[in-house]
Amino acid sequence: MSTRVGVVTFPGSLDDTDAARAVRLAGGEAVRLWHGNPSLHDVDAVVLPGGFSYGDYLRCGAIARFAPVMQAITDAAQDGLPVLGICNGFQILCEAHLLPGALTRNQHLHFRNRDQWLRIETAGTAWTNSYTAGQEVLVPVKNGEGCYVADQRTLDELEATGRVVARYVRGNPNGSQRDIAAICNEAGNVVGMMPHPEHAVEALTGPSLDGLGIFTSILKHLAGAPA
Amino acid sequence: MARVVVDVMLKPEILDPQGQAVANALPRIGVDDVSSVRIGRRVEIEFADDADPQDQLDRAREIADKLLANPVIEDFTIRLAETGGDREDALT
Repeated sequence: MSTRVGVVTFPGSLDDTDAARAVRLAGGEAVRLWHGNPSLHDVDAVVLPGGFSYGDYLRCGAIARFAPVMQAITDAAQDGLPVLGICNGFQILCEAHLLPGALTRNQHLHFRNRDQWLRIETAGTAWTNSYTAGQEVLVPVKNGEGCYVADQRTLDELEATGRVVARYVRGNPNGSQRDIAAICNEAGNVVGMMPHPEHAVEALTGPSLDGLGIFTSILKHLAGAPA
Repeated sequence: MARVVVDVMLKPEILDPQGQAVANALPRIGVDDVSSVRIGRRVEIEFADDADPQDQLDRAREIADKLLANPVIEDFTIRLAETGGDREDALT
């Protein structure tokens, strides 16, 4: 039986189709989940895709957090369901308090859209076990509110416990504290990342195939490989 | 009927690039003595029933805490405003 990875569509989601495609290219079965339906359809993992859920009204992710599907995902994530939030999905995970900190307006105020080098810092999560720690990867970044902020104590704790999953290298596109591009929760099943691995899975459209590792990681993880 | 006004501001330690951009534009209109601009959000809430003002404040506080403000980066204040009076103030 193939591994079922749910991809949520909110009103205003943009990258749900690309995320579902990346799941399929990695060898999984993509299951589309709808924001208004709390059923998770027995998926083994969930991707919250990028975009502008609910128009980004109030704050990015603030309204999506209370969508019926998110209530179910929040409960399941606390019980260990692997969840990946990409870009707007990362913002939603922070708003839902599944991840610490918040994503704020880019320091320079510009929407930044470019190919970005990252260094994978932690290969021990459900979503990064196909990489090696220290590996540099090239994936697109595209955000207006991607500046990661948290208080010093939280930042120190993230660093000390290996929960900074990826960092921007060769330039920080949005002013994120400590160049943070991705973090995870304590258990390592919930990961939020600002850049877009789902846009780097095919030579035709991506700058590399480096993003595919995120999606093969979750399949490996669910197949029982050590996380 | 009463209205509850919620003011949401970024915490002092959180950088406000939008406010900085406005501050940087002020010299263009001849204002050179502003040291800081910070931008927040004002939310006005009217309840359908004419509940007790204290009760309205409590419920508005709960709404602000859960949804209107993100406690990681924002603070909020809450006050009651008379529907008519405050509008007039705003217009003058």
